[in-house]
Amino acid sequence: MIAGLRATTEGGADLVQLLTPEGERVHHPDFDIEVTPEELRGLYRDMVLIRRADREGNALQRQGQLGIWVPLLGQEAAQIGAGRAMKPHDMAFPSYREHGVAWCRGIDPTEILGIFRGTDHGSWDPLAARFHLYTIVIGNQCLNATGYAMGQRFQGKVGDDDGEATICFFGDGATSQGDVHEAMVWASVYDAPVVFYCQNNQWAISEPIERQTRVPLYQRASGYGFPGIRVDGNDVLACLAVSRWALDECRHGNGPVLIEAFTYRMDAHTTSDDPTRYRLSDELEAWKLKDPIERVRVHLVKQQWADQEFFDSVQADADELAARLRDFCVNMPTPGPERIFSEVYAQESPQVRAQRDEFLDYMAGFADAHAGGEH
Amino acid sequence: MAAPTVNERAVAPGEGRTPVQTVTMVKALNMGLRAALERDPKVVVMGEDVGKLGGVFRVTDGLQKDFGEQRVLDTPLAESGIIGTAIGLAIRGFRPVCEIQFDGFVFPGFDQIVSQLAKLHFRSQGRIKVPVVVRIPFGGGIGAVEHHSESPESYFAHTAGLRVVACSNPVDAYWMIQQAVESDDPVIFFEPKRRYYEKAQLDTTATPDPLFASRVLRQGGSVTVACYGPMVKTCLEAATAAAEDGVELEVVDLRTLSPLDLGPVIDSVRRTGRLVLASEAPSESSVTAEIAARVQQECFYSLEAPVLRVTGFDTPYPPSKLEEEFLPDLDRVLHAVDRSLAF
Repeated sequence: MIAGLRATTEGGADLVQLLTPEGERVHHPDFDIEVTPEELRGLYRDMVLIRRADREGNALQRQGQLGIWVPLLGQEAAQIGAGRAMKPHDMAFPSYREHGVAWCRGIDPTEILGIFRGTDHGSWDPLAARFHLYTIVIGNQCLNATGYAMGQRFQGKVGDDDGEATICFFGDGATSQGDVHEAMVWASVYDAPVVFYCQNNQWAISEPIERQTRVPLYQRASGYGFPGIRVDGNDVLACLAVSRWALDECRHGNGPVLIEAFTYRMDAHTTSDDPTRYRLSDELEAWKLKDPIERVRVHLVKQQWADQEFFDSVQADADELAARLRDFCVNMPTPGPERIFSEVYAQESPQVRAQRDEFLDYMAGFADAHAGGEH
Repeated sequence: MAAPTVNERAVAPGEGRTPVQTVTMVKALNMGLRAALERDPKVVVMGEDVGKLGGVFRVTDGLQKDFGEQRVLDTPLAESGIIGTAIGLAIRGFRPVCEIQFDGFVFPGFDQIVSQLAKLHFRSQGRIKVPVVVRIPFGGGIGAVEHHSESPESYFAHTAGLRVVACSNPVDAYWMIQQAVESDDPVIFFEPKRRYYEKAQLDTTATPDPLFASRVLRQGGSVTVACYGPMVKTCLEAATAAAEDGVELEVVDLRTLSPLDLGPVIDSVRRTGRLVLASEAPSESSVTAEIAARVQQECFYSLEAPVLRVTGFDTPYPPSKLEEEFLPDLDRVLHAVDRSLAF
């Protein structure tokens, strides 16, 4: 049970775990998984690289290159596990912290920067990547994901190994939103092939999980009539196994499924936030011992599945990614004012066109003034 | 392959139905939805009680029986859910037509409409299209309880990314609902519920006007009267009455509230010099306020009188025993005409 004034570090007896914080491989009767050394090295690399990109995002904000950054520190396993469980034709609907899932969908971290630098609202093609644009209004995307999944079912794309599924990402705070409740109602009554993937990182900005719920979140699924599973969100193997199972359930027509990835937001809500005002550092210290990357590293070493050369090469790749991200960021062009007016409608609006033309003319007047030497 | 458009009917006119018939607005909307469902398998109708019951106003009567439960969905009772899942279906390639049962019930879905439906095309820079139609029976005059008589169109007209239209008669209703379904932009489609049972001769073989165009319904040189939805009939009756006193009203049915098509209004005001706007909605920060602002800008030297408005009051909708006083009627329209002419 969740109780007390502070977010707990204990996931309870139902927590699905395959790799302990100490790097020990444990087995689970329902959600076991076999991974090759190569696969585990790949998951390790994913997590190290996206963490490095995330840290670079923070740094770029501190240096004034980004207006804001939304860190994923601590949630690498929850995101990489779910992201790598997806098949190419599955669809994802993210919140705004899912840089790790985006990575797994083949979206380069540079494509995310514009949102936080203020040059766009998301530059990737959501239909081609099968990764919707970031949704900032809390919980909205859960209904959109459910509708999309209903469409998958209506089109007969559900029912066998080749079936499609949708996965929707949201946080513990979002579970209080009516849209998340409605999404679960809709998904259950229409048998929608959607995995509700809640990353419970214990904090909704300053509000602890106790402010959102008095029952563990995964148990809410029973009220909607579908399975709810709590997984160790810092265990990439468990997240991969449970997500793969849940997506397969959906693609076979047995959805929806709720997954609560029990994890911790190791950094601030965003770079604008100051967690020292509302949580104690000993909580952070306790969660550091459950680090999602370190346990994989330990396991790889113990199993002799990776040597120092491997770890060094991953670190080199991570540093190269960070440098590339930085270089891209500082050189990002600011769009011209015509961008304000572009693609507001599918069929151009005469009103927006007139405002654009008038404004561009007005701006052009300043160019003339400068040309004439007047300031 | 693109689905055929309204003007390329999959079902030949006259095939199994009479090309010209007398229909109510409810029937016209039903026929329009049926045609849209027949024409494009991606069209789905969804809302509360739209299936077996056929909608509380029977606009969707018989559609579920003929098109099945995956084309005509009785949804759970939550408006945000209706709009939010319709958006997801649209991202998947469907063309959902949502029914909001009454005007005052749209607000639980307002967040999805404003935050997602209106903004996805812009956010994605055209990569995502959300061709969702949100049908809303609106306006008063039916003696209903609270939340069943409102005119919330200005909230939507104020939101970039949405198109907002209002039909006023059965013929327009038949064509406009089909054109709205074909629009690649989201359309908030207002239906004047107190005119649902008005009848008109509908020729399903005719060529419709464009959706986003206003139309002069009656020509006259004395005063221009612009209106939409339920007020159109009122204003046409006012014009008949005024004509008996030798005052010729030019009545414009706006039809599209966003984008506005003010060309016919401006042309008319340049001739008459006078404009009266009629709407059931409260006047403050409303569609009529927007039109007044633009007309004074475009017709400044032509105006012989200030633009006058006949609207609902800036109050919540009253208990229904008082709605006759609240709603603009023929006499209030004529009173405004008289005041305009007195300048």
